[in-house]
Amino acid sequence: MIHEKRVLLKNLGKINPASIDDYEKAGGYKAIRKALDMNHLLVIDEMMNSSLRGRGGAGFSTGLKNKFTSESCLRCEQKYLICNADEGEPGTFKDRIIMENDPHLLIEGMLIAAYAIGASKAFVYLRGEYYRSIDMVTLAIKTAREKGYIGSKIFGSDFSVDIEIRLGAGSYLCGEELTLLESMEGKRGYPRIKPPFPAEKGLFGYPTLVNNVETLATIPVIIAEGSEWYSKLGIPESPGTKIFTISGDVANPGFFEVEMGTTLRDIVYGLAGGIKDGKRLKAMLLGGAAGTFVDETVLDTPMAYDSLKEKGAVLGSGAIMVLDETRSILCMTQSILEFFKHECCGKCVPCRVGTDRLVRMIKDINRGNENRFTLEEMVDEAGYIAKTSLCPLGQSPIMPLASLQRYFNDQF
Amino acid sequence: MIKSTADIFSDFKGTEDDLIPVLQKVQENFGYLSQKSMMDVGRFLRIPTSKVWATATFYTQFRLKPIGEKHIMLCRGTACHVKGAPRILDEIELKLGITEGETSSDGKYSLESVACIGACGLAPCILINEDVKGRLTPKLVNKLFEDKERRDQDVE
Ligand SMILES: Cc1cc2nc3c(=O)[nH]c(=O)nc-3n(C[C@H](O)[C@H](O)[C@H](O)COP(=O)(O)O)c2cc1C
Ligand code: FES
Repeated sequence: MIHEKRVLLKNLGKINPASIDDYEKAGGYKAIRKALDMNHLLVIDEMMNSSLRGRGGAGFSTGLKNKFTSESCLRCEQKYLICNADEGEPGTFKDRIIMENDPHLLIEGMLIAAYAIGASKAFVYLRGEYYRSIDMVTLAIKTAREKGYIGSKIFGSDFSVDIEIRLGAGSYLCGEELTLLESMEGKRGYPRIKPPFPAEKGLFGYPTLVNNVETLATIPVIIAEGSEWYSKLGIPESPGTKIFTISGDVANPGFFEVEMGTTLRDIVYGLAGGIKDGKRLKAMLLGGAAGTFVDETVLDTPMAYDSLKEKGAVLGSGAIMVLDETRSILCMTQSILEFFKHECCGKCVPCRVGTDRLVRMIKDINRGNENRFTLEEMVDEAGYIAKTSLCPLGQSPIMPLASLQRYFNDQF
Repeated sequence: MIKSTADIFSDFKGTEDDLIPVLQKVQENFGYLSQKSMMDVGRFLRIPTSKVWATATFYTQFRLKPIGEKHIMLCRGTACHVKGAPRILDEIELKLGITEGETSSDGKYSLESVACIGACGLAPCILINEDVKGRLTPKLVNKLFEDKERRDQDVE
């Protein structure tokens, strides 16, 4: 029988998330004190040694990102840390769970990361529709500031940092780190050309570190327990734990924190109670709209960045959407493609025209016309969009479509 | 209480990156962004009104027209879609006599759609002002918007 491994969510349901005292009684704000006693380079070393990979979807090494930002532009008088809490990938709500149930964990992680890179100003870029998360994080910042944990010379050290909330205004694309920066500067949410990366030239042209909520919430654990302890969790390729959010046709939809490398079978059948109403499994969509469809042959693959890649799948944000035998893959595909069309910012013509064309193609297939478009043509189209558009949104539609070709070609 | 734009501005430094937070505050106060308020914002931040307009029209959060007392946002995320969001939309449209993007003539209801709101475990769901209503069925929708006296009442 599989059990959850609650490392990030250890306080969930045990403390009052509105109380900073509760958090401290449970051992909170010890990691930041420990970090401040260490040289900031050692803090970064701990992150490197933990092999933590970013939980926002791309899975880039958190230690390296911190290192780059810390080393970049040593003469700059300003560096920024941004917590990406714009959680918009369909099917994903892990960040919301952290913010609503243990907001101080996130604040503590931000303080440590800000110290590591030398940022005196940090922002939480929070999804505007997450009303409860906004309340909880706002309160957490207020109480931490009152106690002197945020502000000048925190915990008796020489380090000063301020944290501020910015609310997203309803754009999925603004969760992408460079577009997020544009939006923070008050502009339309159009993507920027990379390079330069945020570590070199980020917010207002200064070195900026952008990390996901779950990534930042992991940092206090790594500092408190040590990177060696942390890296033994999970599997060597992807250490640690991960919060998966599961929705669709399962008996118990919800969120589960498990060690990396747990199989889909354990999550879907063990923790989420299997398929609802005794039906059969048809498909799972991993990683949200910018994710991949898989079938039951992937059930025994470890959920980890590289092992899923071998199966043509992605871990992404940790969203798992389950479809039973009665569901239509074609109908799902249409919903996903309509999502991309809606969220396309319109800057790159191939993406603007192409996402619209993909919707028309899938509608044509769904109508079942003779001479209808084929999945292969859609994959081609999505391939062109991916090659000719600037940002990762244009590079997304190919993901679900290519996975359909691999696993569900017979449905078209 | 409705403040004047000047009152709202006094909480900000007035740099260009304040644009979105300022617009959010203005909208929170007036319910929408009027042409006049956008001109005020431009003057305050020393940027052309056209730039204010450009940003305001990009983001789905901003509205250029007043909205109803009850702002209904239907989730069109994938989990909700699978669990029957299109039927819920039909039912709401039928019940309130408005289509997506419209406000009822009595100013009571506005209907919009929103991307996944992270309540997928409760799919299909809608937001009414700031409250999430989940596990909806057409029947529940019917109950939710039953009659004028009872329509404020919550369902489980
Ligand atoms: C279209 C798009 C939307 C994204 N949305 C989010 C998001 O809501 N939250 C998030 O943390 N990362 C999001 N990302 C990933 C970010 O660009 C970035 O990789 C991430 O914030 C880095 O944090 P990490 O290193 O901690 O994973 C998105 C990426 C793309 C392309
Ligand atoms: S898909 Fe509707 S809440 Fe996530």
